Amino acid sequence: MPGTKIDIREVGVAFASRLVNHPVVALEDVSLGIEEGEFVCLLGPSGCGKTTLLNAIAGFIEPTGGQIRVAGRAVDGPGPDRGMVFQEYGLFPWFTVEQNIQYGPRLKGLPKDEISRISRHYVELVHLAGFEHHYPNELSGGMKQRVGIARALANQPEILLMDEPFGALDAQTRERMQDELLRLWEAERRTCVFVTHSIAEAIFLADRVILLTARPGRIKRDIRVAIARPRDRTSEAFFALYREVNTLLREEIQRASEEGDERVVGD
Amino acid sequence: MSGSSATEARPRRHRTTALGGILLTPRQRQALSVASIAGALFLWWGLTRIGLINPVLLPSPGEVFDSFVSSSLDGSLPRHVWASLLRVIEGFVLALAIALPVGVAMGMSQVVRGIVEPLIELIRPIPPIAIIPIAMLWFGIGEFSKVFIIMYGAFFPILVNTMAGFREVDPIHIRAAQTLGATRLQIFRDVILRSAFPYMVVGARLGMGLAFIVLVAAELIASSVGLGYLINDARYRFRTDEILLGMVCIGILGFLLNKLLLEADRRIVRWRAARERQG
Ligand SMILES: Nc1ncnc2c1ncn2[C@@H]1O[C@H](COP(=O)(O)OP(=O)(O)OP(=O)(O)O)[C@@H](O)[C@H]1O
Ligand SMILES: [Mg+2]
Repeated sequence: MPGTKIDIREVGVAFASRLVNHPVVALEDVSLGIEEGEFVCLLGPSGCGKTTLLNAIAGFIEPTGGQIRVAGRAVDGPGPDRGMVFQEYGLFPWFTVEQNIQYGPRLKGLPKDEISRISRHYVELVHLAGFEHHYPNELSGGMKQRVGIARALANQPEILLMDEPFGALDAQTRERMQDELLRLWEAERRTCVFVTHSIAEAIFLADRVILLTARPGRIKRDIRVAIARPRDRTSEAFFALYREVNTLLREEIQRASEEGDERVVGD
Repeated sequence: MSGSSATEARPRRHRTTALGGILLTPRQRQALSVASIAGALFLWWGLTRIGLINPVLLPSPGEVFDSFVSSSLDGSLPRHVWASLLRVIEGFVLALAIALPVGVAMGMSQVVRGIVEPLIELIRPIPPIAIIPIAMLWFGIGEFSKVFIIMYGAFFPILVNTMAGFREVDPIHIRAAQTLGATRLQIFRDVILRSAFPYMVVGARLGMGLAFIVLVAAELIASSVGLGYLINDARYRFRTDEILLGMVCIGILGFLLNKLLLEADRRIVRWRAARERQG
């Protein structure tokens, strides 16, 4: 498919398990094309394989079946074209906030003043001015998450992979970060794959919401969000879609909690 | 820059530790340490003063101090201290120079580790004291055999901790660096070495401690200068004051070297200090 930035074909991922002697299937037969500049949200019950899919796109894990192509080339390892915001932050504890954010630009060998211009810009964007010289250990969970976002953005990747980047934020900061992420995305039109637990967040951000089934994760529904931007979180159309997605998601959470032989935690 | 006084959390005056013990400010802790040393000295002085102990076996602090003054003035004590210090530093630096690269290679390569680890595990239980006789046969009773024994003593803690540091590298940090475009060399420099570094420092401190213990043992056996020699020689001359002087010097020297490494650690591994300050 021309114009397809991320082409996921019949991807399956199975993990060898310590506890049972058959492999744990995390993803099964997932096929998905993501267009250049598209904003896609992955939504699904906990443990359904969202992080796994992101890791496969990032090139951290190799699918046990199928293939992932990014910009026409088969993924064979991680690269700076695919930036990642990790669910567990993944900040370098030995670097300060500023050094974390500057790390990508520094590796690119950008001139010094350009590097500090970029880091100042993103520090302000995530509202961390005044904390540039703090170490991650000295920050709250929400602040760490914002550093992780700034670090990924500052490296200007073509594709942004975000694993519940706003999960540790309070409701107000969360909505503000959503607004800012959209502003940024509208300005630069990077392809975004965004994992979330929140239906409202998915509907507010995404061009498409990909709803995954309980494990093994498959695509349950590919929902195009036709609501015009900027979106109003309190509009009729928003609520209608919310109800629809909510019903579908509940089915899966229900199914996940009914699985007898394997424990699946739904939240 | 970090922690303006307005936002900095300070321990409350009468807060307790997690287990309910009394929490002290750094100044209170210092005061206690000084009082403890003064108390011990006083006890020592008191015991010798009331004549409870034969002064040949335990001279008073004053006599030890006198012997400190006289041996400092005639230049013999500085000569012993300097000789011991030099040996410790030579052996320790040699151990660092070998153990760090070997530890790094073992941490990085499964092959190297597979080859070297069994040998290390077999040699490691042999205490440094047991190496002394063979070292003397091989290298004679000159400087090098002492430096070699000290090197041997300091080697394993440095090596083992360096390896442990490499095993503790969090894969998520490697992944993060990869998505930011780091090459293998850059990952090694900016992630692996950085996260292993605190472990290397711990290894160095343990190694330094062992170097000291081994030094004295080596000097007790064959030497003509050094603190170990001083102690042993004083024993033949029944000079208990000089024995105690030598012991005190070793204690103080070891204490100072450890402090020095702790300080280096605190300065270089600032990010960890940040965590300690918090908790
Ligand atoms: N390295 C691994 N080894 C074994 N099993 C794994 C591994 N990583 C993930 N799994 C399993 O694969 C499944 C999917 O995990 P994944 O982390 O992708 O879920 P998730 O959708 O991101 O969940 P959450 O929303 O809670 O973050 C889980 O059942 C998990 O136990
Ligand atoms: Mg996850």
